[in-house]
Amino acid sequence: MATGNATGRTLFDKVWDAHEVVRREDGQSLLWIDRHFLHEGSFHAFDKVAARGAEVARPDLTFGVEDHYVPTRVRVLERMDPAIRRMMEQLRANTDRHHVRLFGIDDPAQGIVHVVGPEQGLTLPGLCIVCGDSHTATHGAFGALAFGIGASEVAHVLMTQTLWQSRPKRLRVRVEGALAPGIAAKDIALSIIARIGADGAAGHAIEYAGSTIRGLSMEGRLTLCNLSIEAGGRCGMVAPDETTLAYLRGRPFAPAGADFERAAEAWLGLAGDMDAVFDREVVLDGSEIAPIVTWGTSPEDALPITMAVPDPDAADDAGRAAHIRDALAYMDLRPGQKLSDIRVDRVFIGSCTNSRIEDLRAAAAVLAGRSAQVPGLVSPGSAQVKQQAEAEGLDVVFTSAGLEWVDAGCSMCVGMNGDLVPPGERCASTTNRNFKGRQGPGSRTHLMSPAMVAAAAVTGHLTDMRPLLAGRV
Amino acid sequence: MRPFTQLQAVGCPLSLSGVDTDQIIPARFMKRSRAEGYGGYLLHDLRFDAGGAARADFPLNAPTYQGAQVLVARRNFGSGSSREAAVYALVDYGIRCVVAPSFGDIFASNAVNNGLLPATVSEPDGEALLAALEAQAGPMQVDLEACRVRIGALDVAFAVDPVWRTKLLNGWDDIDLTTSHAAAIAAFVAGDRARRPWALPRTTVGKPD
Repeated sequence: MATGNATGRTLFDKVWDAHEVVRREDGQSLLWIDRHFLHEGSFHAFDKVAARGAEVARPDLTFGVEDHYVPTRVRVLERMDPAIRRMMEQLRANTDRHHVRLFGIDDPAQGIVHVVGPEQGLTLPGLCIVCGDSHTATHGAFGALAFGIGASEVAHVLMTQTLWQSRPKRLRVRVEGALAPGIAAKDIALSIIARIGADGAAGHAIEYAGSTIRGLSMEGRLTLCNLSIEAGGRCGMVAPDETTLAYLRGRPFAPAGADFERAAEAWLGLAGDMDAVFDREVVLDGSEIAPIVTWGTSPEDALPITMAVPDPDAADDAGRAAHIRDALAYMDLRPGQKLSDIRVDRVFIGSCTNSRIEDLRAAAAVLAGRSAQVPGLVSPGSAQVKQQAEAEGLDVVFTSAGLEWVDAGCSMCVGMNGDLVPPGERCASTTNRNFKGRQGPGSRTHLMSPAMVAAAAVTGHLTDMRPLLAGRV
Repeated sequence: MRPFTQLQAVGCPLSLSGVDTDQIIPARFMKRSRAEGYGGYLLHDLRFDAGGAARADFPLNAPTYQGAQVLVARRNFGSGSSREAAVYALVDYGIRCVVAPSFGDIFASNAVNNGLLPATVSEPDGEALLAALEAQAGPMQVDLEACRVRIGALDVAFAVDPVWRTKLLNGWDDIDLTTSHAAAIAAFVAGDRARRPWALPRTTVGKPD
């Protein structure tokens, strides 16, 4: 058996073990799935279900969300681009046919699946959660085992509510110490990815631990776990604590009253045992983390804003040198150029990584009373985040600065809905991927925290947000 | 699913690291059904320029690598998005094996579910395979039974999860296997209700009017 049962168990071990329906001698386990989230891309999986003449095994544990293709300005089906409208109609037909609850654009709880799940209390500690989206690791912020899957696996879960998986190794990322003012979970995550590489956690379940992590809000933990996949991790988790419980109390689908208190006791018991063993550990000093930006075409191409664009001739090996050369050519940057000299054409604040209320507050703190030098889009993570932000007047801060305030969806993170960065343009973005063409063909993406994107908007170039935030937080 | 045992086919070198699934299939091509085929969109924005013309310097466009069924790439192939369409693009184009020093986990799993072999080699062996294919185009051999890749006299080992190897060798599909465990699933569900009563969503929540 892969698990070190002779010693204590980690958070991951406890949650994994509780979901094993079958454990085979070859190391494969059949896992029970507690929540299955679907979006418009699930049509391939529904086609597979239809081809077998099968039914959805547990519609009560299956939830659809319209997010990937939804327009952020036009919310009426009849006025949408026909191809996008068809994507939404397919999801509506499939969820209707199988009696699956759908959070559609006309639902007051609609939003990005990884924002809606936690917000609705569908995401709970100790659950096993899957979705045909690689950022499903987000839900691990609650101490859930959550991971992204492909269409064949989505079809398998639809038909059986189970999934075959091999047990990943365990990696603990420990961050200790107090963060400097304005430093966000995004800076922690990008620092980790830069340290271990975009495939550094491949084959591993990550547990984030240490005093810095304990000090993060749920929003911060969601951002951190969200980016686990950008380090190659199968999933990322944080042990449930009082912060977790405080977030979950009163959420619509979460247990209520005495049921909640009983559940809370079980959830707090999921924390890893003192003598639990990890296969690997990485330690970071939280007090040393600076505002981070990416310069290349992989999330591992990340550096503190005070640094300069790297030189391929100084790279460790031929493969890395080739990557840097290729990335700089695509990004139109030159070695040695100061990162803070890079001018941007537009900004984007949104995505499952950074579109929650705390993210919008952080951006607004920099933008308040200032004007953006470039155009930009702000897309809140859900209709509920939008409502909350408007109640706090944040929408006025964004629009007064000259940015556009729109509805919730995946939007310019992936551009499927038509919110695109034009070819050759450079975007400072709170999203998760700076891949070539991710925000549109020929687009150039620099990843950073919401406060850093706000600072780039105000100055028109990548900027250390710390002086702009002085006296404001 | 078609079993994978041995393959003798043209190999194409792709000397890039971090070829993410956004590059393997750009998002804008993912609205079509599988029946329409994804092969034409494989690595679209690397293969074609903004005007849609084939880039002469891209290996898959070179006459010598036409008909390739094996791709050899650098580390972290298939990282990023879980889109299975990336595997559909490779398979529909005719690729049956990708050789690289590391793969995105979700991509590799999707590959196996579609009969595509993700073969993991060491970095030095990967560089040697790239060099051999770039020096002289020609057939390469992938032997899943022996877990070896060969180009002429160059003969290197590759790794693949043993469970995946068995699945690929036999062309097995998970669903049939899972159905045989129906009793175990039912027993799990019955016991789980007592073990984790909090795991079900509260059902008093209605859909708003």
